[in-house]
Amino acid sequence: MRDIKFCVLRGPGTNCDIETKVSLEHFRCTAEILHINKLIKGERSLLDYHGLVIPGGFSYGDRVRSGAIMGKTLMKKIGNEIKKFVEEEKPILGICNGFQVLVEAGMLPGFKEEQEVALGTNSSSRFEDRWVYLVNENRGNCIFTRNLKKVLRMPVAHGEGKLILPLGLEEEYLDRLKRNDQIVFRYSYEDGTPALGKYPHNPNGSIFDIAGICDPSGLILGMMPHPERAFHWITYPDWTRKGLKGYGDGYVIFENMVKYVKDNF
Amino acid sequence: MCINMIYEVRISYKPGVQDPEGESTLEGLRALGFEKVEEVRSAKLYVIKSDYDLQQIEEMCKRLLANPISQDYEIREVKQHSSR
Repeated sequence: MRDIKFCVLRGPGTNCDIETKVSLEHFRCTAEILHINKLIKGERSLLDYHGLVIPGGFSYGDRVRSGAIMGKTLMKKIGNEIKKFVEEEKPILGICNGFQVLVEAGMLPGFKEEQEVALGTNSSSRFEDRWVYLVNENRGNCIFTRNLKKVLRMPVAHGEGKLILPLGLEEEYLDRLKRNDQIVFRYSYEDGTPALGKYPHNPNGSIFDIAGICDPSGLILGMMPHPERAFHWITYPDWTRKGLKGYGDGYVIFENMVKYVKDNF
Repeated sequence: MCINMIYEVRISYKPGVQDPEGESTLEGLRALGFEKVEEVRSAKLYVIKSDYDLQQIEEMCKRLLANPISQDYEIREVKQHSSR
């Protein structure tokens, strides 16, 4: 088997890179933690990798806005490389801060080549750090969620996770996201009923309870919850009480990403 | 000798976009007894010392400092005299 190589891209302030690397490498591939400066200086090329994950954390100290500096820097410095990477149909996953980076870079929702939506400050004005329920609403477009069960439990940990669509164009954008099958995760109750904006089940006030979206091709996924923190049941707060064994709800997302690469490259 | 300009760039939420920081601050002020405070909106101020002209400062706002979806920007020029 050819060696499959993933890039776990970190910047100053990224802090979920190691668990993301470990989650990928569980599926017999190589995941390399790479600092953004190596790409900027041209010491390394993104095109040497089969997949890209931008992990969670606080890149550039969340200055200006979460993900803004990293997102804009990436597009300015290695925009062409990223474009090529996308053209080669390689998968990209942005988790939490990584989602914010993809949005600031204009890669999600991917209608135009510029920033179109925002991840704004949580309605609660607080850093929301706890376990939430998600309902998987994708109809098959997103390559990361195939064979994934309907209702999931994962932790969120963010201060700026409220998806905001352009004022006055909310319905138009929502329709387009639904039509293209770009809505992936919505915050929900335990039974999978969407939270309909109700706090605390919707932790940030996100429009239409959106927790994760993909681009029209289904190859770029951005999500606020942390699948790498829900990889093993032993990271769940109630695993002893419930006698949970094996893997958690984040497992399949990484499995799908690696499987996609193995099947296509 | 060069003449630098100082610009004050004010970033605030667009009208209609929720301002959670402003809301929490309003709550805090009311809790302290300032009941006649009607609304609080938060904003962020960047002070930029630079040779760039106004148009380029505006470009900075568009490309990084303000989020085009949810934020407005306002630029104020504060002229600074010679520095050696």
